[in-house]
Amino acid sequence: METTVATTASQGGVWGGGNRPLRASYGKMMMWFFIVSDALTFSGFLAAYGFSRFKFVDAWPIADEVFTHFPFLHGVPAPMFYVAFMTFILIFSSVTMVLAVDAGHKMKQSKVAMYMFLTIIGGAIFVGSQAWEWATFIKGDYGAVETKGGKILQFLDTEGNRVAIGSFAESMQTTAIEQESSNGVWFMSGNDQTSYSFEEVKAGFLANENLLIRTQYLDADGHPTVLTREASVTKIQKDGRLVVEGANLKRNEYGHPLFADFFFFITGFHGFHVFSGVLINIIIFFNVVIGTYERRKSYEMVEKVGLYWHFVDLVWVFVFTFFYLV
Amino acid sequence: MGHHEHNLAIFRGKLKFKSNEQKIWGVFIFLSIITIIEVALGIVKPEALMTPYISAFEGGFMATMANIVLAALIYMKPLNLIFIVLTIVKAYYITWDFMHMRDETKALRRMVVWTAIFLLCYLVLILLVEGDYIFEVYKNNYIKFDF
Repeated sequence: METTVATTASQGGVWGGGNRPLRASYGKMMMWFFIVSDALTFSGFLAAYGFSRFKFVDAWPIADEVFTHFPFLHGVPAPMFYVAFMTFILIFSSVTMVLAVDAGHKMKQSKVAMYMFLTIIGGAIFVGSQAWEWATFIKGDYGAVETKGGKILQFLDTEGNRVAIGSFAESMQTTAIEQESSNGVWFMSGNDQTSYSFEEVKAGFLANENLLIRTQYLDADGHPTVLTREASVTKIQKDGRLVVEGANLKRNEYGHPLFADFFFFITGFHGFHVFSGVLINIIIFFNVVIGTYERRKSYEMVEKVGLYWHFVDLVWVFVFTFFYLV
Repeated sequence: MGHHEHNLAIFRGKLKFKSNEQKIWGVFIFLSIITIIEVALGIVKPEALMTPYISAFEGGFMATMANIVLAALIYMKPLNLIFIVLTIVKAYYITWDFMHMRDETKALRRMVVWTAIFLLCYLVLILLVEGDYIFEVYKNNYIKFDF
């Protein structure tokens, strides 16, 4: 292994593999190559997101109406705060990482170990936060009705506040029959049932005079269009089809299903990077603790894994902008 | 490992730090300030930044050229433009100071940065233009989509 680190310079000539193109060691250069290719992969995803968003630009969900939750603050709308917190966690873990690299240059083993440990903790908090964000998104908020054309209808009161479907749906005798494996294909089960059927939501909507429908189409000011009471009644009677609660890869109560698809795919791919980054950091952390790099007289491995870790932070900066801000 | 030469000046040499460690904390504070500005703008969404300042030019060839050159100012909300610029600033300081790009050779810097920027601009331009075209097709055709 020792030949792969910076000591190669002492082996002399160009033909002995001793030269270092661009004055970067082999490992660092390869890490840069990987980062460039991975950056292009992520750019491809984000560009595809932009493509789909431009396709449905008049019907795209508004991010700060989707991500309004903060742990332990039930019912308090806190748009952006949680992602801002996650962003700070990741930037701060980048700082501890670069401090570890700096301590490595000075050959201070215990300091490197401490900063690596803090970086791992930061990464773990970030991955955990992302899991919470996913869970909240999947669980959903107010619920909505999907039309025959696959469009989302959300419910408002006359003051313009969102209303949860559970608060007005009338409970009815259910006509749905539980799917059982004995009378169907073995992998089908009855889990697709929403907590209220469309008929219940429709009856409750027609009975409550002060409820309005909001479509996913944005008006000239960029706010979702709110229908009048008459138009709302016509809409739900003519077009309504089923109840949507939360988001998955097929349906999304917040608006266009592609929004959920890209959210799961891009933040999931990024979260996977963070997860593998934490694993690699743990390996390097233990190598630091048992003194591998002390004996090698070089902490370049810390620097290389640091490059990867900063790259993950860099990607998050873009995901944050294009998913939550723009 | 040898001695590492760190370039300790940021903001084009206007701000010099005494040690590498100090520079890291300085960059962290700078990145935090930018993030706070972004989040604050994202929550407040100032009315003044929600509509483009320039409307599209109309007329002949020169008007079209002007629309292309000034596309970011004509077709984008100033708020979104600010977000994107701040993001690129953040990306610059993460790459330059956390990933030590400032200390690498010029050729390595260009190899990494220009490859990505060139391919990215191309891809984004093509996909966004195409996406906008499909949007127009959906909007102006004779098939009803909202049902």
